[in-house]
Amino acid sequence: MTIEVTINGEPRGVEGPLTVADLLVLLGLTRGKVAVERNLEIVPRSTYEAVAVVDGDRFEIVRFIGGG
Amino acid sequence: MALTDAQLERYQRHILLREIGGVGQRKLLDAKVLVIGAGGLGAPALLYLAAAGVGTLGIVDDDIVSLSNLQRQILYVTDEIGAPKAATAERRLSALNPDTAIETHAARLTAANAAEIIARYDLVLDGCDNFETRFAVSDACVALRKPLVSAAIGEFDGQIAVFRPDGKTLPCYRCFVAEAPEGAATCTDQGVVGALAGVVGTWAALEVVKEIVGFGESLAGRLVLFDGLSAETRKVRLRRDPECPVCRGLGAHA
Repeated sequence: MTIEVTINGEPRGVEGPLTVADLLVLLGLTRGKVAVERNLEIVPRSTYEAVAVVDGDRFEIVRFIGGG
Repeated sequence: MALTDAQLERYQRHILLREIGGVGQRKLLDAKVLVIGAGGLGAPALLYLAAAGVGTLGIVDDDIVSLSNLQRQILYVTDEIGAPKAATAERRLSALNPDTAIETHAARLTAANAAEIIARYDLVLDGCDNFETRFAVSDACVALRKPLVSAAIGEFDGQIAVFRPDGKTLPCYRCFVAEAPEGAATCTDQGVVGALAGVVGTWAALEVVKEIVGFGESLAGRLVLFDGLSAETRKVRLRRDPECPVCRGLGAHA
């Protein structure tokens, strides 16, 4: 089944069922190197396997910045 | 202690606010705040915190003023190139407000000295320029139970958060940032518009004042993402990571 989500503002269909951990793999991103924002909440890293991606989810990939 | 006539006049615009008033101003005058890094973020933050009458301001910076700093580090002037930032900042801030006692720490904050430096302050503002220091600052703040106002910039982006981890729902910095991104760029090798440092450093100073006085909505458990290109801000929820190696044990001892 296709799940319709928004990633960094772009609508996108992804094949489900999948978790946030699966989504990171799909996007080619390494866990811990970016934060995943889902519906205005940063998803705690250790819970990626437990959080299912559902229709309508809005994701933003948040890059860590450390400049001052 | 009652405010003097000069203090009533200097802080009049604070005292007029119901959210601050004389009581809040007293809290600011009694507060001890440590600012990590007197650079792009630290410079505007230090100016506003000294102007606000924060009673004790600690400055951690082991750098000297260089010509390329002056594009954004508004504490310093051209004649001060080559001078140590902490001592230079102390002169400027003391001249701005004699109510504020400045304490300089001309050292690099590391895991080895962080606790010793941070222990004597009520609250820490981290505006440093690298992840290694950010981790050391946060870990010491968690261990010492000190609130941390964290601000960072990169190119056109800013991030501001307040960390008051409680072992229950509120996160620490490491719940958010697990490890430094690859080739972690800092302002040393990355461009930045000076005014962005002003926006984010000043915003961090506002959150410090809110935390000290206790008004408005605390950013604890929230992260503000500022995009200087689109002029959009987003406030997102930041939860404790149940597996965070740093703040995991807090609840048990609290």
